[in-house]
Amino acid sequence: MKSILVLEDGSVFEGKALGLQGTTWGELVFTTGMTGYQETITDPSYAGQIVVMTYPLIGNYGFFEEFTESEKPALRGLVVREGWGDPKGSSGENLDGYLKRHGIIGIDEIDTRALAKKIRDGGVMKAVISTELEAEEALKLLREVPALEDQELVKAVTTKEIKTYGREDGMPVAVLDLGAKQSIVKSLVERCFRVTVFPADTPAKTLVDFNPVGVVISNGPGDPKKADYAVKVTRELLGKLPLFGICLGHQIIALALGANTYKLKFGHRGCNHPVKDLRKDKVYITSQNHGFAVDPKTLPEGTEVTFVNVNDGTVEGLWIPEYGAFSVQFHPEASPGPLDTGHLFDEFIALAKGGIKNA
Amino acid sequence: MPKDPSIKKVMVIGSGPIVIGQAAEFDYAGTQACISLKEEGLEVVLINSNPATIMTDSEIADRVYIEPLTLEFAEKVIRREKPDGLLPTLGGQVGLNLAVELAESGVLAEEGVKLLGTPLSTIKKAEDREMFKNLMIEIGEPVPESKIVYSVEEAFSFAKETGFPLIVRPSYTLGGTGGGIAYDEKDLVRIVDIGLKQSRIHQVLLEKSLLGMKEIEFEVMRDSKDQCITVCSMENVDPVGIHTGDSIVVAPCQTLNDKEYQMLRSAAIKIIRALGVEGGCNIQFALDPKTGRYYVIEVNPRVSRSSALASKATGYPIARIAAKIAVGLTLDEIKNPVTGKTTACFEPAVDYVVVKMPRWPFDKFTEADRTLGTQMKATGEVMAIERTLEGAFMKAVRSLEQGAVDIALKEIEGLSEDELIGKIAKATDERLFAIAEALRRGIGVDEISALSGIDPFFVRKIENIVKLEAELKAEGKNLSEGLLKKAKRMGFPDVVIAKHTGLSEKEVKELRDKFSIRPTYKIVDTCAAEFEAETPYFYSTFETENEAKPEGKESVVILGAGPIRIGQGIEFDYCCVHAVWATKKMGYRAIIVNNNPETVSTDYSTADRLYFEPLYIEDVMAVIENENPIGVMVQFGGQTAVNLSWELAKRGVRILGTQVESIDIAEDREKFDTFLSELSIPRPKGCAVRSYEEALKKAEEIGFPLLVRPSYVLGGRAMEIVYDMDELKAYIEEAVEASPERPVLIDRYICGTEVEVDAICDGKEVLIPGIMEHIERAGIHSGDSIAVWPPRTLSKKAKDTIVDYTVKIALKLGVKGLLNIQFVVRGDEVYVLEVNPRSSRTVPYLSKITGVPMVDLAVRIALGETLESLGYSGGILPEPDFVAVKAPVFSFGKLTQAEISLGPEMKSTGEVLGIERTFEKALYKAFFASGVRVPKGGAILVTVADRDKPEAVRLIKGFKNLGFEIYATKGTAKALKEAGIDAKVVNKWEEGSPNVMDLFRNGKINLVINTLSRGGGSRRDGFKIRRAAADEGIPCLTSLDTAWALYRAIEALSIDIIPLESISKVG
Repeated sequence: MKSILVLEDGSVFEGKALGLQGTTWGELVFTTGMTGYQETITDPSYAGQIVVMTYPLIGNYGFFEEFTESEKPALRGLVVREGWGDPKGSSGENLDGYLKRHGIIGIDEIDTRALAKKIRDGGVMKAVISTELEAEEALKLLREVPALEDQELVKAVTTKEIKTYGREDGMPVAVLDLGAKQSIVKSLVERCFRVTVFPADTPAKTLVDFNPVGVVISNGPGDPKKADYAVKVTRELLGKLPLFGICLGHQIIALALGANTYKLKFGHRGCNHPVKDLRKDKVYITSQNHGFAVDPKTLPEGTEVTFVNVNDGTVEGLWIPEYGAFSVQFHPEASPGPLDTGHLFDEFIALAKGGIKNA
Repeated sequence: MPKDPSIKKVMVIGSGPIVIGQAAEFDYAGTQACISLKEEGLEVVLINSNPATIMTDSEIADRVYIEPLTLEFAEKVIRREKPDGLLPTLGGQVGLNLAVELAESGVLAEEGVKLLGTPLSTIKKAEDREMFKNLMIEIGEPVPESKIVYSVEEAFSFAKETGFPLIVRPSYTLGGTGGGIAYDEKDLVRIVDIGLKQSRIHQVLLEKSLLGMKEIEFEVMRDSKDQCITVCSMENVDPVGIHTGDSIVVAPCQTLNDKEYQMLRSAAIKIIRALGVEGGCNIQFALDPKTGRYYVIEVNPRVSRSSALASKATGYPIARIAAKIAVGLTLDEIKNPVTGKTTACFEPAVDYVVVKMPRWPFDKFTEADRTLGTQMKATGEVMAIERTLEGAFMKAVRSLEQGAVDIALKEIEGLSEDELIGKIAKATDERLFAIAEALRRGIGVDEISALSGIDPFFVRKIENIVKLEAELKAEGKNLSEGLLKKAKRMGFPDVVIAKHTGLSEKEVKELRDKFSIRPTYKIVDTCAAEFEAETPYFYSTFETENEAKPEGKESVVILGAGPIRIGQGIEFDYCCVHAVWATKKMGYRAIIVNNNPETVSTDYSTADRLYFEPLYIEDVMAVIENENPIGVMVQFGGQTAVNLSWELAKRGVRILGTQVESIDIAEDREKFDTFLSELSIPRPKGCAVRSYEEALKKAEEIGFPLLVRPSYVLGGRAMEIVYDMDELKAYIEEAVEASPERPVLIDRYICGTEVEVDAICDGKEVLIPGIMEHIERAGIHSGDSIAVWPPRTLSKKAKDTIVDYTVKIALKLGVKGLLNIQFVVRGDEVYVLEVNPRSSRTVPYLSKITGVPMVDLAVRIALGETLESLGYSGGILPEPDFVAVKAPVFSFGKLTQAEISLGPEMKSTGEVLGIERTFEKALYKAFFASGVRVPKGGAILVTVADRDKPEAVRLIKGFKNLGFEIYATKGTAKALKEAGIDAKVVNKWEEGSPNVMDLFRNGKINLVINTLSRGGGSRRDGFKIRRAAADEGIPCLTSLDTAWALYRAIEALSIDIIPLESISKVG
């Protein structure tokens, strides 16, 4: 079945329907990752967005429960060059079936490279995928729908209830779930933490009373400024508990410190982003998925920039010794992507064990 | 870290001649490295014995030594040049081994030369099987159960413990030489025995078989700051058990999930760290898809064929970056040359699929064993880039130039189902075609996957192609826009669409024009469009946006030579690269089309634009339509490019330089005869005969001796010289049947000296840089002959005649550019054998030794200049005061069951050059460089055909006088005895021990001289002896001329035993 992809700038791409049929809209972003399509599709940080996969072959080995990063994909749509349609993939489910089961609208047979270049040159923009609308109607719809920054996305993906993982005798750690990837929880559990995941709007007092050795402020979707409740909680936690911010969590910590964040032209999404550890003068390859960044000029005194992006110099990590808090813009939990920075979880253990005073 | 200030002068070791397992990829790597080092302000000294390379051009390195890659010569270069550092990791296994020898000999320490990039201990750790295994165990990386053995007995006891099959890998060999899979005890004895002999340290690894697992490779880089990146992952379509050089390889990995991928990536980084490599490293894994477990199979701590492939597949120039790392720079200090903005410290992201397919020499070695295993057999490879895997497969198949434009072969179509299944279960060069055919016949994907061990994903991709064929058949002439588009997206050329639909190719093209279905070109940019890139590196795909936008300046398209194969090697890439450079200098945009990932021509920084495309007419025409060049150069890309010239001309494309009509005259036997007779230039009389009776009649007319061969030459075996009617009758009756479909060619055999000339003609004048004289008499392919410049035995009159004929032919043929002529000379008589109005195999080395930039001149002439305007005049250049000897290099050790006797079909894979003040010394160098360890004494086994016996007697007498011990088979021994030469009689196989094989195994024999004899029995014996020599790595000369040459070199050296000094010190 025919489907169209219409961009805010008026360009129209014609393709083949993939997954659920109908109409969807969102912010169009691209990721250059070549592995882990299922992890990408199920990453809650993509809430509100239509994701373009620049790698052309998607779905090659099927879909498996163990690769899912959330209960249900949160992205608004998926654009691929070629969704592998093998009906007998080893898992018994192909891309089309998986998207249908989760109610995701996608589009296939698109010149995704041309699309990525449009986004690169023009910045992220809104887009519609539809099997129902004509291009004109889709454009009209685009003008009506809100921008990513104006949408409440974190609350849509955060856990509804408090959940606990890992061994009972593990060190207790809290995760403030702004749309956390399962791999963050997994990475902590692997390091013998007892992980408790809290909803995004949990009051700071609840967290402090829970008495964890530290709190992880997780990744998540949208503009960090929109999650002002999380900023507030984080501000209250600063100095009380060791903190580790990842991706959106990193931006939230920066905002809590009084710094500013801004939107990048088209963000960093993929598995090949070099970041430099300024303290070790060493570059790591990281997994990234973010559209906003911390403005280094607005950081308060006493905040150290620990990592920068080698390509564009943007802030990739912070360390606030006074509060025993640190954060990274990239994803040490990988999934998908390189495992090069997994040691940050170990650093978090060390920090948590020592407490703020010894930091 | 900035670069090491103590390093100012760096020596680079090349990889020597092209052999199976070591091809043009090292010219690419070496050239990049030299340029990269010069960019850093360093002085570069290069040693390489291969003259057909770009890296040995004076523009590439500051000081070039075309010398044998042996300890003796490398040491001389080091002592003379006194470099600060030595870069050992760019010359393949040869370079690495030589570096180890240099380090161990103490020269490096004495001269204070630092080994750059990868420390000696690392090389040893990676190359020595036992040390490597221990290191892996130490860092917790899984390796298959294995044992290092030094004898067949040890191998037996390991086999008893583990059972079969076992993989046998000799240490320190390239391309898996001497390795194999042993399925039983008999195999084990045979393979281990050969392997021990091939290994430099007489060490063989026996390994529990990982057959059937997925084979995954990573290209990893590390710098002195311990920063690591993986440039590319590659998945072998063929499972473990087939050498990666013989596997179809896909990049990036297709069937791995992120967990598996990251597991292997992390392991790769852990390994490069443990080894301490500073530079590039190739790591191969076996991944068991059932258990998710993996094993480390192999590590190459250097640039390799795979790293060249990875560089071309991603756009990330590994060798260039590795060279900078070696002199101290770190990844984050080096700019990514593709984007110009970001650094080299990142991992490429691609947005296409790459398929590499090997090119095997079985068309030349029809009798060779085509089974694929751990020993590499391919001479070259092609790469294809597409946005669909099906499209990449289709492009790769037609890039191979083996007569297939899709995944279909006539020979395969005729097979029974059982035969097909056999071809799928046992890997040969035809497996891909067998799989497609099986799918056409309805054999299931799962069954094929189970039989072949190939992941069902890949089989399904081939099934997609087969299904589409059926869809095309179903629509037939009513082909719809949708299906046509789908077919093009899957890489179907028009001619294949035509085949299935019943439309003509022209109709398909018209339909495409009607629906505007045209290829678009995309950029290879290392970053999947994330950053703006100006890389002029394109591939075609059927998408919406075309990124290869027209540019203002006038352009010229240069057609490349495709995959390296016997008869068309790196020389043609050399010519193409120079053609590109010359075209650029002339102020045009130079555009190259080629599909060989190993080469310098497909380095995106060579031409103004690189189209990585099949050299197939539709693909080439599409590029031409996109670029609208002023013309196309076809004379540099070997026969590949020349073969396209007619089709191009027919489509109205302007051919620059020599025109197609001239090419046609040279290639059409009858037109050529007429052409020569008009010039009154003689050629050996000859004709094609189609029956027994006709053969006898024509033979009478032409006169004996005759050179007879089938028009379909099969490995040269069927070519013979017959001296009388009885022999001719026997030949036609026994060996080759003459028929209308398969005519036999009979030519007057002129037993003379073969001579070769390369010339440049502008239509008015003809410049002849040199005449090359062959050591071997007529009848042996020029590519397999030793060639000497300047000529040694030609009379002045003969030389004058050669010049005269060359000028006449070039002018009358209307050559605008290069031409190559082969002559046979007897006394003062000169006959023309062959004319090729294009660049030839000899152009690179002749350019180097004469100093005439032959390709540059040819390009300028093709673009309108004249020899005169370029400062040259016609005629032959004066002869030099030194001698250059070009010697062929063979890869017989790798091609089991291949006939090694030389004949009219070319068999060599590469060449070396020896330059010295005297003929004998140059010859000695050339032999040495070609791997013939010139024996200074020892024993020779002689077994020659009856007709060669009188001559052999004289030769052997000479060897005897030099102190050699002579062994001979019965007949030859008798002939020698009659001439008063004592020879030890050696038994043939069936005559019992001690036989030839025993002598070989005991290392008694240093040289074999064996000439081809006619007739069943003796021929088979001879073949066995030759094969055994090849398998045992003993030099085997099959022409008495070569043996004479070797004798002269040894004799000259036995008078003066002082080791060779460099040219300037002599005389």
